[in-house]
Amino acid sequence: MGLLSWLVFTPIVGMIVIMLIGRDQHKLIRNLATFTTACELLLVIAVLAKFDLSQTGMQFAERALWIPQLGVYYHLGLDGISLIMLVTTGLLSFLACVASFGIRERVKEYFALYLLLETGMIGTFVSLDLFLFYIFWEVVLVPMYFLIGIWGGPRKEYAAIKFFLYTLAGSMFMLIGILALYFASTPHTFNMLALGQNQFALHFQQMVFLALFLGFAIKVPIWPFHTWLPDAHVEAPTPISVILAAILLKMGTYGFFRISYPILPQAARWFGPAMGILAVIGIIYGGFVAFAQTDFKKMVAYSSVSHMGFVLLGLAVFTLTGFQGALLQMFTHGLITGALFLLVGVLYDRAHIRDLNSFGGLWVKLPVYGGILIFCSLASLGLPGLAGFVSEFMVLLGSFPVYRWMTAAACVGILLAAAYLLYMIQRVLLGSLNPKWAHLKDISAREIFTLVPLMILILLVGVYPKIVLQYIAPTLEALVKSVGGTLA
Amino acid sequence: MVIRAVLIPILPLLAFVTIVFFGGALKRKSAWVAVGASLASCLLAGFEIANVIGGNTLYANATWLVVNRVPIEFGVLIDPLSAMMLFVVTFVGSLIVIYSTGYMHKDPRYPKFFAYLSLFLFSMLGLVLSTTLVQMYLFWELVGLCSYFLIGFWFEKRSAAQAGRKAFITNRIGDIGFFLGIATFFYATGTVRFVDIQPELAHAYAGSWILPVSALLLFSGAIGKSAQFPLHVWLPDAMEGPTPVSALIHAATMVAAGIYLVARLFPLFHAFEITSQVVAVIGTTTALGAAYFALTQFDIKKVLAYSTISQLGYMVAALGVGGLAAGSFHLMTHAFFKALLFLGAGSVIHGCSDVQDLREMGGLRKSMPITFWTFLVATLAITGFAPLSGFWSKDEILLSAFNHQHLIIFWVLSLTAAMTSFYMFRLLFLAFFGKTRGKFHAHESPVSMTIPLIILAVGSAVIGLPGSPVMDHWFQSFILGGHGEIHHVNSFVVAVSTAMCFLGLLIALIFYIVQPELPKKLAEKSWLFYSASQNKLWFDELYDASFIRGFKSLAGILFRFDERVVDGCVNQVGFKTVALSRVKNWIDQYMIDGLVNFTGWAVRTTSGIVRLLQTGVIHHYLLILLLGVLVILYTVS
Repeated sequence: MGLLSWLVFTPIVGMIVIMLIGRDQHKLIRNLATFTTACELLLVIAVLAKFDLSQTGMQFAERALWIPQLGVYYHLGLDGISLIMLVTTGLLSFLACVASFGIRERVKEYFALYLLLETGMIGTFVSLDLFLFYIFWEVVLVPMYFLIGIWGGPRKEYAAIKFFLYTLAGSMFMLIGILALYFASTPHTFNMLALGQNQFALHFQQMVFLALFLGFAIKVPIWPFHTWLPDAHVEAPTPISVILAAILLKMGTYGFFRISYPILPQAARWFGPAMGILAVIGIIYGGFVAFAQTDFKKMVAYSSVSHMGFVLLGLAVFTLTGFQGALLQMFTHGLITGALFLLVGVLYDRAHIRDLNSFGGLWVKLPVYGGILIFCSLASLGLPGLAGFVSEFMVLLGSFPVYRWMTAAACVGILLAAAYLLYMIQRVLLGSLNPKWAHLKDISAREIFTLVPLMILILLVGVYPKIVLQYIAPTLEALVKSVGGTLA
Repeated sequence: MVIRAVLIPILPLLAFVTIVFFGGALKRKSAWVAVGASLASCLLAGFEIANVIGGNTLYANATWLVVNRVPIEFGVLIDPLSAMMLFVVTFVGSLIVIYSTGYMHKDPRYPKFFAYLSLFLFSMLGLVLSTTLVQMYLFWELVGLCSYFLIGFWFEKRSAAQAGRKAFITNRIGDIGFFLGIATFFYATGTVRFVDIQPELAHAYAGSWILPVSALLLFSGAIGKSAQFPLHVWLPDAMEGPTPVSALIHAATMVAAGIYLVARLFPLFHAFEITSQVVAVIGTTTALGAAYFALTQFDIKKVLAYSTISQLGYMVAALGVGGLAAGSFHLMTHAFFKALLFLGAGSVIHGCSDVQDLREMGGLRKSMPITFWTFLVATLAITGFAPLSGFWSKDEILLSAFNHQHLIIFWVLSLTAAMTSFYMFRLLFLAFFGKTRGKFHAHESPVSMTIPLIILAVGSAVIGLPGSPVMDHWFQSFILGGHGEIHHVNSFVVAVSTAMCFLGLLIALIFYIVQPELPKKLAEKSWLFYSASQNKLWFDELYDASFIRGFKSLAGILFRFDERVVDGCVNQVGFKTVALSRVKNWIDQYMIDGLVNFTGWAVRTTSGIVRLLQTGVIHHYLLILLLGVLVILYTVS
């Protein structure tokens, strides 16, 4: 069994062990789940250490025939794109698990589902067989549905069903696309790498691209398929919001990088301008709507719509800089927005309210919390020296020579980010202290523990982006060449 | 000596990190960390500047990112221009940090203040030493961030929090232009290095629109940072911050970053008619407009804020008419006398129990003698009385405008000089002469505050000499590196500028010493002129009514659109599906299942009827048999 199989199945093992424990052993269950995610993180670090930077192809590949009648293989592998998502998943799953210590009800079910979710996410990022990919993609959906629907807020049922059905509708189109690819290829195959070698007719490519696009677009979410996101985020418990924002959304853009682009390059280029327009709409629209929010969590949710727009813009331009920016933005947005959702949760746990207008002056009362919140907000609004700047800067620089006016419009998004985040800071931290909040306690050591790794990475990537770019550059260079984009 | 140069910004950064993590333990000692770091980097800068004066240029780079196979570099560049800025930032900066130890001594967030000041010094020095546009952009945003923090330092006050945000957002508007300018420039020329920006590079693009456009976009960054028209509105509000901050960031150094940017890109701006004209016109407009606003302000810091905007306009105008040396020279002298003015104003505010309104002051000459005398020196310097520093630098600017045949600009700037003289003496007379009007007991400030005042006063007096004929225009040839032309004193220009100074002084003397009732009467008579100045031509109101309100309502509209239309569609699809399934359920229940049930019912009913025949009685069957036989016989026959 290879390293990747270990990665995929370790959480399942943890889940099974947890299911065997008595339901009142809360502490044991928590520790066991944390231990499992920690092991997972160590495995990711092992992969990172063994990863060969000079290679552009798949590494750590594992392949075994699974369903011979259909030619389905258990086929795993890893390149720079998967690696970066694997790191995000390993790190955020561990931190969100620590952040889940506040869960008090049905602890056993929660952590069991949580670990199943992790298997689904890891599996999605390392599958090289479309059939397997689809299974992992759907495996993610089920635990997520329960995690929102059981441990969520007041409108949890609505949010969970909306999330589930909306995403499922997307997956249906995706499945059609996958089957079309299977039947169009000779010999019939689900192998992503082999499909990439096929030269499909443009018209066929366009149809399949559109089907896959719907599946991925709903997940990202791309405007106008984004409305499940604010509901799901607002209702989900904090750690699940973190997972949702940091990892789940990236499954959509990962799909473009892994499936749509290599297999359907001509169609991808044909759809490029349209994707660029949707991206810019998402950036600006998300920013404006975020500004109008009074719910802290909803504001962060809409800011995700805006920031994921940058990923799509980078994808839409077919330049190496744009691709690098897009993939880096997937990573940095995971760190930053993950941290922001954790911070929203910290405040909500104390005040039991998220209404921005009811706070004010909290910085006096919660100085450490205030400092961390400002740090993460600054990262989100693209302050140079922090991670968000580098990725958005690269996206914009990559898109400028291709779509000049779209880039100029996307720059407005940076202004909007400053507007809504500083407005949030002013309403939460600045001004005079509302006496209602005089009893609030500052952030605890456990909560700081979940944030510090993210902050260190945000700073590190912002100051020295090469530590991430060196892993992704060779893979993306090969991808740009294969889709016929511009390197220089 | 790259390491020594790199240490110049790094030392304040270390001070920042130390105070952030150990500020709680260090408490009041944090200030000494910041003072130590700033003095040490001042000393290191001294070595580097001596090196540059000796004729050497320091230039070193390291790759940060690779875009399109072109390395984007970070590094240090110390040439005459950055040496001048290094001198201003480290020297004035250190004095202001020392001054702050006295000024802020009662503040509960004392360590935090010095943390921010150190972070600012780091960012500003990083900006000054930049070797590429990207590096400058990065530090440009960081100084903006420090400005945000320091304006909102007393964040419990709503107005302070608001002003910080306004400053940041207004600057970001300019910075979008700056960023697009970098992108345009990069894709046109393939470089972002300052050393590559030479006249030859710009000439290669003569006749093309791309470089003028990118220059104007880059200039919009300078418009934001240096508070030029039409983005000048943030600087007066920035006075909400503590006064040492106003002196350091919003007078002497950060707001000069825009001037520094234009000076760095001078070959680019100068290569095209259109760009240099736009720069000159924006600068001149700002100089005149802000001086006009300053005439009627009563808040001592607001007067100085508009004065700063006006003087920055002077510098921009100088660069626009081709006076690279003149603009840089004024930047340096202005840093000294304006920092001194602000610190003097801070001393006044400190001594008058936080009163800022000129109408309540008066007669402070006697109770605050050191503040008064140093303030007087600064006033004489800014208004341009020979031989103080402002005289030489202002003269140099007027001279460049005059020599380059920009006569309108020359006369507008001369008029501005008269207005400057008027509002500065007005301030001086209202604050220090006459009788005290407010109810407070004024006292002189502590030594930690007065010593920086004295040092800056000496500086304001003599810093103009290197650019004067006394030292044979040494400063100009230093900055230009022997390439540009050096203007020699023109007696007509000197006569005009001196006449303007005296004119302003004379009017102020009549208005505020000889006949103190006169201003009020005049204000009533020409109320439109007066209230237009007092309300700064209603720029804030205009922006508020148009952009800000438009922005907020657009956000609201889009949110409602999102909820009702986009999400509405999604929910409708859901509801319609449920409704459709109800219809189908009905169809299923009554039509399809109905048909099945009907079949069953029909069979049962008919079979029920037919069953009646199955009685099990033999003679009934025989009877039916008989009837059947009869029917057959009947039909057959």
